[in-house]
Amino acid sequence: MNVQARPGCLDAPVLKQRGQREVFCGLTGIIWLHRKMQDAFFLVVGSRTCAHLLQSAAGVMIFAEPRFGTAIMEEVDLAGLADANEELDREVARLLARRPDIKQLFLVGSCPSEVIKLDLSRAAERLTTEHAPHVRVLSYSGSGIETTFTQGEDACLTSMVPVLPHTDEKQILMVGSLPDVVEDQLVGYLRDMGIPVGVLPSPRRDGAPGVGPNTHMLLAQPFLGETAGELAKRGAKHIAAPFPFGVEGTTAWLKAAADLFNVPQDVFDRVTGAARQRAEKAVAQVAEGLRGKSIFFFPDSQLEIPLARFLTRECGMTPLEIGTPYLHREHMDPELALIPAGPVISEGQDVDLQLDRCRAARPDLTVCGLGLANPLEAEGLSTKWAIELVFSPVHGYEQAADLAALFARPLKRKEAVKI
Amino acid sequence: MKLQVWTYEGPPHVGAMRVATAMKGLHYVLHAPQGDTYADLLFTMIERRNHRPPVTYTTFQARDLGSDTASLFKESCQDAYDRFKPEAMIVGASCTAELIQDDPGGLAESMDFPVPVIALELPSYQRKESWGAAETFYQIVRRLAVPQEKIAGPSCNILGGTALGFHNRDDVREIRSLLEEAGVRVNVVAPLDARPSDIARLAQADFNVMLYPETAELACRWLEKERGMPYTKVVPMGAGATRDFLSEVEQITGQMLELDDSRMRLPWWSRSVDSTYLTGKRVFIFGDASHAIAAARVARDEMGFEVVGLGCYNREFARDVRKAAKEYGVEPLITDDYLEVEDAIAAAAPELILGTQMERHIGKRLGIGCAVISAPFHVQDHPARYSPVMGFEGANVLFDTWVHPLVMGLEEHLLTMFREDFEFNEASGASHHGAKPTMRDLDAAPQADVAVMERPVEGAPAWAADGEKELKKIPFFVRGKARKNTELYAAERGITPITRETLYEAKAHYAR
Repeated sequence: MNVQARPGCLDAPVLKQRGQREVFCGLTGIIWLHRKMQDAFFLVVGSRTCAHLLQSAAGVMIFAEPRFGTAIMEEVDLAGLADANEELDREVARLLARRPDIKQLFLVGSCPSEVIKLDLSRAAERLTTEHAPHVRVLSYSGSGIETTFTQGEDACLTSMVPVLPHTDEKQILMVGSLPDVVEDQLVGYLRDMGIPVGVLPSPRRDGAPGVGPNTHMLLAQPFLGETAGELAKRGAKHIAAPFPFGVEGTTAWLKAAADLFNVPQDVFDRVTGAARQRAEKAVAQVAEGLRGKSIFFFPDSQLEIPLARFLTRECGMTPLEIGTPYLHREHMDPELALIPAGPVISEGQDVDLQLDRCRAARPDLTVCGLGLANPLEAEGLSTKWAIELVFSPVHGYEQAADLAALFARPLKRKEAVKI
Repeated sequence: MKLQVWTYEGPPHVGAMRVATAMKGLHYVLHAPQGDTYADLLFTMIERRNHRPPVTYTTFQARDLGSDTASLFKESCQDAYDRFKPEAMIVGASCTAELIQDDPGGLAESMDFPVPVIALELPSYQRKESWGAAETFYQIVRRLAVPQEKIAGPSCNILGGTALGFHNRDDVREIRSLLEEAGVRVNVVAPLDARPSDIARLAQADFNVMLYPETAELACRWLEKERGMPYTKVVPMGAGATRDFLSEVEQITGQMLELDDSRMRLPWWSRSVDSTYLTGKRVFIFGDASHAIAAARVARDEMGFEVVGLGCYNREFARDVRKAAKEYGVEPLITDDYLEVEDAIAAAAPELILGTQMERHIGKRLGIGCAVISAPFHVQDHPARYSPVMGFEGANVLFDTWVHPLVMGLEEHLLTMFREDFEFNEASGASHHGAKPTMRDLDAAPQADVAVMERPVEGAPAWAADGEKELKKIPFFVRGKARKNTELYAAERGITPITRETLYEAKAHYAR
């Protein structure tokens, strides 16, 4: 096969740099995961830094009796590990007594707990026995040394795969937590085409989907490499598809599932046609403000590549650099194939060098974290802060124009505000 | 281990960042795992800073642990020095790096940078944010503040202002202008906006103003002992404290200060008849020790409130709060657990809370007005307008800030009290727009008023129908208090059920 002929950015060299990384750790995933899983509590075993991070990232959510907290390790816990286990058991017992509605407890590892090698998986087994059958205790690591931002969700879902029930039914398993409204829409299209669908994660422990050799996983999020690997161990097969961002992405994503289940084209069109047309019209309107503008992505969530594809193909933007914290080739190739050659694809980060590149490129819009956004605005660059892309409903047809609007707003504001 | 959801303070390295970010020409190299950069956004978002904090993180990952995190630290130091060319560097470890024991101080010293490198030991598993800030500032001062010739005339430094400090920007400006107006030269303000070269000049001044004991006391004590510089002890927050502060300065300098304090409006505002209704309002105060103690004095002596609770979250200053609490005749509350604070507030049933961002939310939950007097605060308490809480203008700001939730509370009460009124409710519309309200049917049963404060306590004594009916006639914003007092009165005397008579006997008993 002629390598030169491969489309889009498939053959683009990937710029890999190591240095200071300006990213969140995986603990941050707790903030949306606990809203999704209604009977789960996330107990971080970590330091005051971890608690402070969650507080800073969760903003006002922290005041709403959230189902997460940090067991803060103190000097005494570091003195001997046996103590740490006893302390943890006591705190868990106290927590479960106070919150009898909790059915699943996640012990979430942090940098300090990983470095002192506190064995949370053993602790989870021990605590599961102790609190069975009412509560199931699982563990995963959201530490910064192992996970970046959305990889926290990947680690969490991975920990759930071994305890999913077995099924031989031929089905689609939609993987990745989505806002309820989006999940209902996407699952709705699949079911309307007659396809049986399970969803991971489910809102409650007793609604967990089954998995088995006839399960085909359809990833709703691009950051689920480990989860997909673990599901494959249970026999599930990966459906290669672009991610459901924008009209094109959503259609291709649904079509990949439909083809697998031999859904006739007319059925597919009947189910998706109206929404598709609505979305195309809405996106086209918003895209007017984006057409011809250049964009630069700092790494954050692994959503960067699919978003760049959407903005390039449906909104007419020109990506200059697409940074991602981690590049999962297999999952990302369908996306890279769709992005016209040109942009720098970068994996990892040396933030000072990347800032130098960004300043030199003077993009019309820079997608970055909140630690960089105001400083770049002060330098005259327009920014779109990236975290919102993870917290807002942006997948699927009905949200496609909202997604474009998130990028159009900073540019619109720049024109509107005259000071 | 301790389970926490909300923390009043971050880890100590965030305190060090507050000092580094406050200063210019100083760079902090922090040995920390990937993810710890989250702290940057406190400065770029809450304070809306237009530059990145001057902090370089090593952001080591799991794969680095097996190899040499020490050389990663040295590379980061070198890169940071080459890129930012600071006048001085501070180096240290965050909680995780503390566990891997790379000794940032020793490593950086071995690199022979041509600028001072100050090593920080911040025990993350014992100490917290404001201690981290105090210790960092102290270490910088200790290293850089060399002996100096005094400058001519009375002069001082203003110490303690940091990044992410509660209204620090404007407090410093206010106190500086007061001192300069009074003829005291301000030599250096630090750490806020100071350079390492400014720290070197500290000893040129006669004395130090310790504006924030939480961040400046360690440094002030050292400068007193080693450079012979006395420091002020009064935090100039409120009218009385500002005057006391100025006489403290007079004592230290031996000179009479001539200052026109007529621009301070709090004293007259507070004496004006409009403020009479503030008398005896029950107020619960919680925050960092210095702001809480200062607020208590303003609350009782300058606003005429009754202090019904006083506490702080920073144990380092617990002794001062205990002493103050004694003076106000309340139990001191020293805790960093917001659930304890919430319980104490609910038990004290105040009419106003002066606290932090967290108490604002507790107040919302309990239906009690709240004003923020201390860090931690959110973005709205780092305002664009000039808004000190210290000095003459600070007193004015305090008056406005604390009274507003009360006035608004009163408005809300009036609106709710008259919501049954036939021409004064949402449905009736405005008369000048030609709306024609319908008169209320006077024979219909009245609707029950339910407010948070009047919910009967579980296991409370039963009320007789006539007692209950009479209670409903009392304006609802004092009804909670009336119910509580009556039930207490009845319980003490074993009266049950509570009748109309009991209600008025209790009222007479508790009359003040």
